Amino acid sequence: MSATIPGAHIPSGVGKAAWLFLAPALLLIFVFFFLPVLASLVLSVTDFDIYAIANPPTTRFVGLRNYSKLLQTPEFWQALRNTFYFALVGGPLTIALSLATALLLNNKLVRFKGFFRTIYFIPFVTTLVAVSIVWRYLYHTKYGLFNYGLGFFGIGPIDWLGDPNWAMPSIILMSVWKNFGYNMLIFIAGLQAIPSELYDAAEIDGAGPARRFFNITLPLLGPTLLFVGVITMIGYFQLFAEPYVMTQGGPLRATTSVVLLMYEEGFRWWRMGYAAAIAFVLFIVILIATLIQFRLQKDRT
Amino acid sequence: MVSTVRHPDPVGATGVKKLGAYSGAAGSHELITKIILYALLIIGAMIALTPMLWMLSASVMPTGEASAYPPRFFPSAVTFSHYGELFTRLNLGRYLFNSAFIALTVTGVSLVINSMAGYAFAKLRFRGRDRTFRLLSLGLVLPVQVAMLPLFLLMKNLHLVNTYWGVIIPGMSSIFGIFLIRQYALSIPDDMLDAARIDGASELRIYWEVVVPGILPILATLAIWTFLATWNDFMWPLIVLSDESHYTLPVALANLSGEHVQDTELMMAGSVLTVIPVLAVFLFLQRYYIQGVMAGSVKG
Repeated sequence: MSATIPGAHIPSGVGKAAWLFLAPALLLIFVFFFLPVLASLVLSVTDFDIYAIANPPTTRFVGLRNYSKLLQTPEFWQALRNTFYFALVGGPLTIALSLATALLLNNKLVRFKGFFRTIYFIPFVTTLVAVSIVWRYLYHTKYGLFNYGLGFFGIGPIDWLGDPNWAMPSIILMSVWKNFGYNMLIFIAGLQAIPSELYDAAEIDGAGPARRFFNITLPLLGPTLLFVGVITMIGYFQLFAEPYVMTQGGPLRATTSVVLLMYEEGFRWWRMGYAAAIAFVLFIVILIATLIQFRLQKDRT
Repeated sequence: MVSTVRHPDPVGATGVKKLGAYSGAAGSHELITKIILYALLIIGAMIALTPMLWMLSASVMPTGEASAYPPRFFPSAVTFSHYGELFTRLNLGRYLFNSAFIALTVTGVSLVINSMAGYAFAKLRFRGRDRTFRLLSLGLVLPVQVAMLPLFLLMKNLHLVNTYWGVIIPGMSSIFGIFLIRQYALSIPDDMLDAARIDGASELRIYWEVVVPGILPILATLAIWTFLATWNDFMWPLIVLSDESHYTLPVALANLSGEHVQDTELMMAGSVLTVIPVLAVFLFLQRYYIQGVMAGSVKG
């Protein structure tokens, strides 16, 4: 029968059915995501503010004034610096710890793999706001477990969240703890895809663990590394809840991220045109960071 | 080729001798390696769990005990009064209901909408499919925060600000979900679908009776993923829910933590109640979840 030839016996209804199946999803994504993104671009060249919310016609086109104002504002540059600090230090640290635990769990000598994997994954599934509150107490200068533990090693109390120099490292430390389990899982999947014959052959050739890691594991893990790098970076550039809950962006704005700044400008002061410009700068930063990673990956292979 | 390298002398005497010498020398070496490996794994497990265990422990400490020097890890006496206070005085039952209602609704609705779309992209031939799919994939690099300002204004015009639907509707479809389903649905054999068509089944019946049973494992993964993500979500609910009676748990908790910053035990009890539902879902259903994350990521 003609039905066995692909495409030869497709009832004309299939195309219609396909669009009916797609309609709800596409409609929702278009109206509640793509349209707002485009509107955001328009918003960013207007002076839309608290008065405009009550009376939209008062909004005026201001060209690139929001952007030029942004680039002249020290608070914006600080937020950008803070976000880069978080992403460029926290990202690689998270990825390194993820890869290390994945390698540990992938070792032939280790049993109870599922048990450890589950435990390491627990921080990732827990609610970010809740663990941020928990860590805020763990970081307490006087009563927190961190300083108590460090006291045994003779290290004096650190003002984790109160010292502008320590606040961001504290948030990074918590984020590494919270997120490494997810990347670990992806690395384990990547490691399992590497044929074990390669390791056996290398071992017979006398390659030690370090050489096996750099000559086999790392190159073959390339695509996984790229995937993990891109999603971690995209996620970390969107830093928001941690500083919102733990430090309110302080001390001395040392943990104010780009998204937190956008939230404050847009939803606290209702300077929505200005906030939209911040959102777009964030998008451009993320886009460039993603492209750079793809480029690095291409150069290496 | 590789196997000849691996077994240069499978039955010969040299191989046996080598093997014997190898296992003797490696025996103690292997034991030391094992001890180091497990020591690292256990330290890692302690680091992963300590904050959660302290949260649990502090939530049942008598008032003031979690803010004392030296800090305690275990309560001197167990009390559930903080949990009681959360439900009686601080309306936590309401937030628990809000969170559960929103997360379950989003999960249920998005599962249907995303699976229909994912299936259509994977298995139905129609004009414009590839172009639509490429357009959709562009959305993956767009951070959601870029959409939030106009989305708020849109919700305001639709009178959905400060309603459950203001949170639910934007969550009802996700590009990631569609991609996950599509990837899995590609493996459904075309013959099966064509056979059903010849039998005269409508497209909707094929979806419901052939496709859905075929993609159950990935539906489970997506359901868990969506539930966890919606339950844990903070920024959008914070923006769109202004009235306390509609707060989800994370929003309520962030709000409480400002007022009750001194009440450590109370805040820990609130954190426990926020975390327990997602932890339970994960621990009971982790088989589907972990497999799905690993499969989806490697292919994706």
